[in-house]
Amino acid sequence: MDFSSLVTAMPGLVSGMMLTLKLLVLAIVGGVALGTLLALARLSHNKLLSNLAGFYVNYFRSIPLLLVITWFYFVVPFIIGWLTGTNEPIGAFYSCLVAFMMFEAAYYCEIVRAGIQSISRGQVNAAYALGMTYSQTMRLVILPQAFRKMTPLLLQQSIILFQDTSLVYAVGLMDFLNSARSAGDIVGELHQFLLFAGLVYFIISFGASTLVKRLQKRLTV
Amino acid sequence: MHYNWDWGVFFHSTGIGSEIYLDWFVKGLGWTIALSLAGWVIALLLGTVLGVMRTLPGKVLPRIAAVYVEIFRNIPLLVQLFVWYFIVPDLLPEGLQTWFKQDLNPATSAFISVVLCLGLFTAARVCEQVRTGIQALPKGQTNAAYALGLRIPQIYKEVLLPQAFRIIIPPLTSEFLNIFKNSSVASLIGLMELLAQTKQTAEFTANLFEAFTLATIIYFVLNMGLMLFMRWVEKRVRVPGLIALGGK
Repeated sequence: MDFSSLVTAMPGLVSGMMLTLKLLVLAIVGGVALGTLLALARLSHNKLLSNLAGFYVNYFRSIPLLLVITWFYFVVPFIIGWLTGTNEPIGAFYSCLVAFMMFEAAYYCEIVRAGIQSISRGQVNAAYALGMTYSQTMRLVILPQAFRKMTPLLLQQSIILFQDTSLVYAVGLMDFLNSARSAGDIVGELHQFLLFAGLVYFIISFGASTLVKRLQKRLTV
Repeated sequence: MHYNWDWGVFFHSTGIGSEIYLDWFVKGLGWTIALSLAGWVIALLLGTVLGVMRTLPGKVLPRIAAVYVEIFRNIPLLVQLFVWYFIVPDLLPEGLQTWFKQDLNPATSAFISVVLCLGLFTAARVCEQVRTGIQALPKGQTNAAYALGLRIPQIYKEVLLPQAFRIIIPPLTSEFLNIFKNSSVASLIGLMELLAQTKQTAEFTANLFEAFTLATIIYFVLNMGLMLFMRWVEKRVRVPGLIALGGK
């Protein structure tokens, strides 16, 4: 096999990878933030709030990510149109970003919830006894400890998310996989380009999960 | 933005024969279920073999299974699908290649690619669950079986696997649900499963909210139904008095 055309196509592949990473980072930030709010809602004493959050999680966990991506691609522009009254297209990148954030939030929520529940009840009681409010207790006492405990799981989920970003192919976004596929198509060397893309995904995912495992060992006391 | 709501759209004629749009969904669901079940058979068989390999004494077999798991877990599903669909057929011997590419119905060849892809992808996950299940059993079980004079194949068949499978029913259920959801990638290589039919209906009728809502409901209801059913199965097959079963 001849891999020389890979060198020529490199700038396109790099910019594809940049899009993948940008999508990944924004989706992680948004997903963890939304997931944390959902976890707090699920654990709240308010029945309605906790049921709503529970339904959100079950809902997103029982439908395919690809369905969410496709649906949002069609629907988000409509909703924005209704909200703002304008007719401006927002583009595939933002509809995908919203899809990933909302979808991953359901998975992050479960991780954060387990993390919060793993902190002993005494911590909450002690914080209340010191006169802290709910938000102070969560912000200053519970969440910092919970996040330390669940970092490996959050990272593991993010590695899965990294692989799942390749599904944006469905709406034609030029992420890493799609740029590799289209570059390979153009020069008629689809095989080499796909194998190369697979290799890059493998190296990044495998490397990252090895690091996470090492981190996990260090974090367990 | 203007939108024409019409929930009756599923009963409108598609203009192709006497089909209504609902028929498309039924057909799509049929493909989705066929893909999931066929993929699951491969995943369960291969995953069990690999899971057993990982727990065997010795170095070579556990290592082989571990390499398999790392490869199939760290490459995105879509890349794997492209490999099965675009690359593997070209590597087949001449006669087989023309048969696969020309004689077979395009839907059939896509179906075979997706089933292999889903099956081998999920086998890596099943392997890890089977391994966890076997390792969760007390070491005394294996020792007792050895003491009774059982050989390794018998130990796995009669002692370890029947117990391990009972423990891992919940994670296996979620792996099956994953294969069911993952089968939607078939739409990306033109197989008309549920998601592809949904997209097509949305494009034909412009009633995209209704089409995607129906698809969502189908996925959601089947998922929830299967989960509840497996919870019931788990209770049914539980061996009373055995610890650690079902986590209770």
